[in-house]
Amino acid sequence: MNRRSTIPFGPQHPVLPEPIQLHLVMENEKIIQALPAVGYIHRGLEKIAEKKDYIQDVYLAERICGICSFMHSQNYCQGIEELMKVTVPDRAKYLRVIWAETHRIHSHLLILGLLADAFGFENLFMRLWKVREQILDIMEKTTGNRVILGVCAIGGVKRDITPELADYVLRQLESVEKQLPELCDSLLKDYSVRQRLIGVGVLPKDKAHELGAVGPVARASGLRMDLRERGYAAYGDLDFKMVTEEAGDCYARTTVRVKELYTSLELVRKAIQRMPQGPIAVPVKGTPPADEVLARIEQPRGELNFYIRGNGTRNLERFRVRTPTFANLPALLHQLTGCELADVPVIAICIDPCISCTER
Amino acid sequence: MLDNVSVITLDQIAAEVWLLKQDGYRFVTMTCCDEGEVHDVLYHFDKNYALKHLRVKVRKGESLPSISGIYFAALLVENEMKDLLGVSVSGMVIDFQGHFMLAEGAPKAPLNKSIPGIGIQVQEKTPAAAEGTVKS
Amino acid sequence: MVNLTNSIFRKLFSRPETLRYPFVKRELPEGTRGRIDIEIDKCTFCGACEKRCPANSLKVTREPKSWTINPYSCIICGYCIEVCPKKCIIAHKEHYSPNT
Repeated sequence: MNRRSTIPFGPQHPVLPEPIQLHLVMENEKIIQALPAVGYIHRGLEKIAEKKDYIQDVYLAERICGICSFMHSQNYCQGIEELMKVTVPDRAKYLRVIWAETHRIHSHLLILGLLADAFGFENLFMRLWKVREQILDIMEKTTGNRVILGVCAIGGVKRDITPELADYVLRQLESVEKQLPELCDSLLKDYSVRQRLIGVGVLPKDKAHELGAVGPVARASGLRMDLRERGYAAYGDLDFKMVTEEAGDCYARTTVRVKELYTSLELVRKAIQRMPQGPIAVPVKGTPPADEVLARIEQPRGELNFYIRGNGTRNLERFRVRTPTFANLPALLHQLTGCELADVPVIAICIDPCISCTER
Repeated sequence: MLDNVSVITLDQIAAEVWLLKQDGYRFVTMTCCDEGEVHDVLYHFDKNYALKHLRVKVRKGESLPSISGIYFAALLVENEMKDLLGVSVSGMVIDFQGHFMLAEGAPKAPLNKSIPGIGIQVQEKTPAAAEGTVKS
Repeated sequence: MVNLTNSIFRKLFSRPETLRYPFVKRELPEGTRGRIDIEIDKCTFCGACEKRCPANSLKVTREPKSWTINPYSCIICGYCIEVCPKKCIIAHKEHYSPNT
């Protein structure tokens, strides 16, 4: 006889870096329904954004997420620049790409490490994070902080990368690239890892499109969707190539992330080599007009949307954040339905959940 | 400055959204702004990086029909709107009863401008601070 | 597993990656944004930093002349350093120590 029971997964669970609860309705070992319960770290950030002025909001936007912080401030600045019709100097665009891509490398290394930790491969976890430390060193040397860079401003960036620093960045990237193949091979070719990931949490292409999945989750299901192709900032000049996989399972998602590490390394290198000389910022005067804009950017986890509406004063009328994890949650619920309880940690960590962004 | 916005009425929502889905659009998100008398609800859709928006004005007290039956992904953002702005959404596939983002005992509808006092104190700005430039 | 065996042996005979912290301190690079401080002689107590601070952690009064910072709410964003007309706010390399 089938017995139904409900298991609360989280809010505190060893594989979850942040609190989210999943109500799992089980029939024996099989999940027949999964429901999310969020709200443990809702900070009311959208409300604060209305109370602060639009320049202070740059710092606020940067603190939405503690992993991809630079991209939030970049997206916010790009949105405000579109509203106020500011043209950013070319050098600033290249610098933004450099920092955004280093952020992507560190974020992917972080989640690959956490994934290794989730299926009990602790040695690999530590080795991946050791490599990540070198990326964080790049950020600390070039901007003065490890994660919350604070270098993006409306109209450009605040710090420049001197030729000596550029040399240092290239040296670090070379050292990272040397260490990566060994680690990625053990992640992708190891027998037990493949057994754990292949065929788990399958998300077919049509379902991914219907559920609005974004980022590596969508690309692993074969959807060609990466906003970097639109060529915002300086991506248009850097011959960006998208990474996609067809299988749509956890292994495909991991493969996409591993391959993106290499494209990001290449992008940073190209951006440093092709960076033009010139000013790094233009002064911005005035206030955002009473108009609205939907700013979009490709984050490590997918597409990030900021809806910004000004009202002619220094404060914003509305600032709404739609983070990629928010869009990937329905896809997660779909993947969980029908899977076994033992697979839940791997599936949950494989969408790269960032809960504090989701709840803001 | 949003391009491609079509303004529709409440009873047209389901039909318009259904057409967009048949057309292969991906649901991106919804945005709700409080405009005093009405809630300004925007639906954002994407197809090959081109955005399409639907705009609906919902009077306060009126209820917005849910599109979560068409796009399942919309249910999270509809629940969030219900929590944070106090828009009543009818016919959601999963209804969290106003406790999606907010816990029990939390302030009701904090982003709704007609309900004052949510416990955030902000310094008064003096005119001297109202002018200034962003510098590198 | 074969992949990692080599590297595990390499690691066995190499130096540890970590520092013996209280005895060996990590060297911070130039330009680190750390503790915010003021050169009080240059300050004109105009209050520009107080108005712009995103975290409301600065208090400036003209009479009596005082400039105080709340290190618990300061987010070390560096906005005050930018807006100071006299350029008298500085960021030290080291961070706030727990006992301040």
